[in-house]
Amino acid sequence: MEVFSLIVDGVATAVQPINLMLIVVGVAVGLFIGAMPGLGSVNGVAILLPVTFLVPPASAIIFLAAIYYGAMYGGAISSVTLGIPGASTAVATTFDGRPLALQGRASLALVTAALASFVGGTVATVFFSLFAPLLADVALSFGPPEIFALMLLAFATFVGLGGDDIPKTIFSICFGLVLATVGFDTISGEPRLVLFDIQGFLRGIGFIVLAIGVYGIGEMLWTIEQTRGDVTTTNPKMTAKGLLSDTKESVRRGWKGTWIGSVLGFFVGVLPAAGATPGSLMAYGVAKMTSRKPEEYGTGSPDGVAAPEAANNSASTGSMLPMLTLGIPGSPTTAILLGGMVMWGLTPGPRLFVDESEFVWGLIGSFYISNLVAVLINLAFIPLFVWMLRMPFTILAPLIFVLSIIGGFAATRSMHDIWLIVIFGISAFFMRKFDYPLAPAVLAIVLGPIAEPTLRQSLLLSSGDPMIFFTRPIAAPITVIALILILWPAVKLVRRKRQVVNG
Amino acid sequence: MRQGELSLAGFLALLSLYLMWKSTELPIGYISGQGPGGGFWPFWLSFGMLLSCAAIAWNWWRGRSPASVSDEPLMDAFGWRTVARVGGGVVAFVALIPIISMYGAICLFLVYYLRFLGRHSWLLTLAIAIALPIGLFFFFEGAMYISMPQGLPFTQPFFDMMYDIIY
Repeated sequence: MEVFSLIVDGVATAVQPINLMLIVVGVAVGLFIGAMPGLGSVNGVAILLPVTFLVPPASAIIFLAAIYYGAMYGGAISSVTLGIPGASTAVATTFDGRPLALQGRASLALVTAALASFVGGTVATVFFSLFAPLLADVALSFGPPEIFALMLLAFATFVGLGGDDIPKTIFSICFGLVLATVGFDTISGEPRLVLFDIQGFLRGIGFIVLAIGVYGIGEMLWTIEQTRGDVTTTNPKMTAKGLLSDTKESVRRGWKGTWIGSVLGFFVGVLPAAGATPGSLMAYGVAKMTSRKPEEYGTGSPDGVAAPEAANNSASTGSMLPMLTLGIPGSPTTAILLGGMVMWGLTPGPRLFVDESEFVWGLIGSFYISNLVAVLINLAFIPLFVWMLRMPFTILAPLIFVLSIIGGFAATRSMHDIWLIVIFGISAFFMRKFDYPLAPAVLAIVLGPIAEPTLRQSLLLSSGDPMIFFTRPIAAPITVIALILILWPAVKLVRRKRQVVNG
Repeated sequence: MRQGELSLAGFLALLSLYLMWKSTELPIGYISGQGPGGGFWPFWLSFGMLLSCAAIAWNWWRGRSPASVSDEPLMDAFGWRTVARVGGGVVAFVALIPIISMYGAICLFLVYYLRFLGRHSWLLTLAIAIALPIGLFFFFEGAMYISMPQGLPFTQPFFDMMYDIIY
């Protein structure tokens, strides 16, 4: 009951006029930033951090958290309407969101994404409120072997998602991981893989460069070539009645993915160094594996939209848990939030709940309100987002090229990276012609900087013995599950061959 | 498509070999007291890429992938022309950024695409080609404090005028 009264107090703090206004503005800005290819919550929070010095610290954090929430909702908008994930957290949303849009059911995908995000965010906030100390303890006990095992599990899930051509999927994962190693070796500090001795590679290759290349330039070239350049996008009917029926349909066909994403996303998000991207990916994989109709995934399943969307919102709340209770950021965005809190004289950690109780519970209260505001703004503006699809493709395509290039520069501030975007885009087009899955590469470049140091630290701990991943009580089951997932396609193949022989 | 599948796998295998070779600039084995060397992770991943390419070639030989049994061309003449015009336009757009600024390049690219590829009216073309760069200028330079490339010095009067408006 004490927690309940603290939540009520927190919500009362969040609905104070200034905080409520900041939540509405923050969510709206976040939606826009999240929807823009190349800009994600991390860019928005980082860039707008200095602006928040105009308001009190608690309000500033509430504003930045609202941007974070808004961006999580916004990422789905471009995934569905353009086929380009606004952020890495929305990559999995394209798998089914885009096919739905291409079938003229963009509104169903957007309604499903909004509702799943709302449920995911709200469930995670309830978990956050109730189980904060316990879950923080669990996350604290994770060492490098456990984190690497979790990364392995994320990749293993992707092998299952890559379709039939496993070698091309594995190539894509390895390629993304290698790209993530370009620049400097973070442990020895020495330059590494400075390709063709071009100095620009010393800065490394950011996730956003590959993502914009693949999903911005490559996707547009693909669409133009496939459609002969003169197609107009789908023209879905958008009425209040249609919105209502979409809501009913998304509840009916997306509830399972929503719950899987809501629960799984939170627990993955709470782990330091995991977060919304692997959370959304794993939720998609688990929803597909547990579905009675897994063949519908990838062709426009509402569950396939709901699972990653619920998970990324849930994980974004979860990632704030270790930040607030332990002072360990669970994602890049929470790392910036943590930096902001320190600047404002707030010290994240267990003492925060005691010393700054009003601030902590006000922030938690704002999570509930931000979710509500985000779903309302999102649903209210769905016709605007769907309107983007009605634009002639010969107008939409150059706008996407322009947003990809300028968004890429905004994120990287480097012409070298802009050229890489173009090269990746053209390469992605040709690789896609030969059925190379590219999403695994994008996910791998995001997770690579987490996977490599944890592997190396683990092997250092065990003096080079890989059995460390099989002997620790938490790492062992995760590693075994990952290996089963990796070997599963081979097992299925053998069983099928035996059936053919026996048959 | 059949020839292309094997050629691409061969090209990617060469890329994998290059990355393996490049990775060996740092130690790829286990260093006592320090753990795996800096080249360990990229070397073995590149080796994984190489093995994948071998598996792709093996599947090609057995005719297991759709591309390996397809006699269709990669693209017809119209497809090549379309991709060349659009892709070439994007390359030219990026090449122009250091010369006429990000906003100038956006304006020219939009004129090229909307008018010459999209065949839209001059009115619509100019409305978008002028309004969008100006809108983006206010968003990035004014609201987000992100400076875009300003090109050669001859573009400076334009930027001075715009900065006078936002500051």
